[in-house]
Amino acid sequence: MRVGLFIPCYVDQFYPNAAIATLELLEKLGVEVGYPARQTCCGQPMANSGYEHLTDGCNELFVDNFAEYEYVVSPSGSCTLHIKEHLHTHNDEQKALGIRKKIYELTEFLTDILKIEKLDASFPHRVGLHQSCHGQRGLKLAQMTELTANPFSKPVTLLNMVKGVEIVPLNRPDECCGFGGTFCVAEEAVSAKMGKDRVADHIQNGAEYITAADLSCLMHMEGILRRLKSPVKVIHIAEILNGVKETVV
Amino acid sequence: MKDHAALSEAFNKDEQRVNWHDETLWWVRQKRDKASHQIPDWEELREAASQIKHNVLSDLGNYLEQFEKQAINNGISVHWAADAKEHNDIVHGILKRHGITQMVKSKSMLTEECHLNHFLEEQGINVVDSDLGELIVQLAKEPPSHIVLPCIHKKKEEIGDIFHEHLGSEKGESDPQILTETARIHLRNTFLTRRAALTGVNFAVAETGEFVVCTNEGNADMGAHLSDVHIASMGIEKLIPQRKHLSVFLRLLTRSATGQPITTYSSHFKRPRPGQEMHIVLVDNGRSIQLGREDFRNSLKCIRCGACMNTCPVYRRSGGHSYHTAVAGPIGSILAPNLDMKQYADLPFASTLCGSCTNVCPVKIDIHDQLYKWRQVIIKEGYGDKKKATAMQAMAYTLSSPKVYRIAGKAGRLVMKYAPFAVNNSLNPWYKQRDMPEPPKESFGEWYKKNRS
Repeated sequence: MRVGLFIPCYVDQFYPNAAIATLELLEKLGVEVGYPARQTCCGQPMANSGYEHLTDGCNELFVDNFAEYEYVVSPSGSCTLHIKEHLHTHNDEQKALGIRKKIYELTEFLTDILKIEKLDASFPHRVGLHQSCHGQRGLKLAQMTELTANPFSKPVTLLNMVKGVEIVPLNRPDECCGFGGTFCVAEEAVSAKMGKDRVADHIQNGAEYITAADLSCLMHMEGILRRLKSPVKVIHIAEILNGVKETVV
Repeated sequence: MKDHAALSEAFNKDEQRVNWHDETLWWVRQKRDKASHQIPDWEELREAASQIKHNVLSDLGNYLEQFEKQAINNGISVHWAADAKEHNDIVHGILKRHGITQMVKSKSMLTEECHLNHFLEEQGINVVDSDLGELIVQLAKEPPSHIVLPCIHKKKEEIGDIFHEHLGSEKGESDPQILTETARIHLRNTFLTRRAALTGVNFAVAETGEFVVCTNEGNADMGAHLSDVHIASMGIEKLIPQRKHLSVFLRLLTRSATGQPITTYSSHFKRPRPGQEMHIVLVDNGRSIQLGREDFRNSLKCIRCGACMNTCPVYRRSGGHSYHTAVAGPIGSILAPNLDMKQYADLPFASTLCGSCTNVCPVKIDIHDQLYKWRQVIIKEGYGDKKKATAMQAMAYTLSSPKVYRIAGKAGRLVMKYAPFAVNNSLNPWYKQRDMPEPPKESFGEWYKKNRS
């Protein structure tokens, strides 16, 4: 099984440890992983701001980089969803449509394609799980509280395979953190308030770490936590599932 | 004219109040969850409602003519209004013909959309809103901030002050029961003396020519039954084909809105009583244009339950007035640009696209997808912020070239590492309430080159 690893731009630049953990985890599970060096971004920052017409360059790069792989895997629900819903190419639309079908966010790839049942990892901490909106409501990684339907959660299934993890209950288990791409600066007041409220829910419920399948939300909440000088840390779910070691970078 | 970001920044000056507003509406969302989760086939019910409305919108012209014919047969006068002005003129014309200068009005978001109260006041006609929440905002000279809960932005102490000033309640009185009694006595006299009553319409049945008005206070009934002239204003999208379809919509409406199983009053109006005149004003006001926009057509399925507002984390923390339009929140943000793309260019951006609105919508409008699509339309039509366009072009240029991207990434991390003041300053809106991420010494791409290739 040849998997193309898509590391979104801001993960590449700011959170290499999450990317390394994703790579190592997939390798440990016997997956042959390729990382196309010429990758940049899924194009979402422009598209969500109304400039989808400026994403042609990103789209063409993405298709060139990933068309050859059997699967594409990314440690970001939001970027994965964007590719799934909006990837096009002027050269060979079938290639783009193919990628849209074979791209997976990391946790769903582990539960649905690799169908893993155990993990060799331990993380003896109280963890608050942030359900990132695009992963949850877009990719349906977990059931949504709005719907009348049976509960399930792919990230929780995986966290339960890690020794020592205690998932803390939240008052609002699937409320948005307020990041929203350029929303975080264009609507600064509401965005920051949403972030503060989300972080407070985790703190009140005794979380030592906040984890998620999306670093954009974690980056937002980390910004708030650090301003508050809170001891609570953020950590990408790949790092917990891979077994956290000393910081590599 | 201030935009949503500026208005919500002002709203956020008082954080305790934001907390109160957020928690009040979250409580309504929770009541909605409790009510909907008790119906095992809730999701099928939503799908049925969505399909029925789909059918209506796909044949709206014929349904409207069928409704008109039945209504006329029932003895109702039917009027057609192309826009808000025509609607207001029609209502004024009816009142003038009867020499009526005072009217009682129950809840109607359409009349808010048409600014009817303001128009009639200019013509010397006094209008009293009989819905308690509407009455409160009318006395406060404010627009409603929520389509179902018009004065949800007001605390009971503030309502006490308004009633003290206008209705003569005791100074400092804030007991909801006493304040409600005060309003009731005031309204009782209004009901008894007004010859004309205007109501909204929740559903109009094409098959029978009747219309249904849903209220909790019975104020629409009281007004209509005591009046010589009953005027009902309705948007043309309010139709349903048959009476039996109410069994779907009445189950969904109030569970979605407030978590009640059904409104206290679901009143059917079919024909005027002897001696009474009954009028229906069918209002387009942009709806035909929206019907022609394929991407946004579904927004006309809306039954005005307000569930998308209650669940919206942005609405709860910015207040209804920050949307500067009659219908606030997520649904308002996809309806308003159809009426005036320039004036409401900010609204589709007042969202994180979290998608909760779409999940609670009882008629399954793809609200957050439409917000995304409106953003594309607004930018293409040239109503976007020019400074942002330059930044977006620079970003697209950088991200389209792996080489430029790597250089820019490295430079960016260097700046953050050695000159944090360049990014950690008050000109950077991120930094006002949030710290920047700690820059790592190398990117994943750089690490990968060293360790894997």
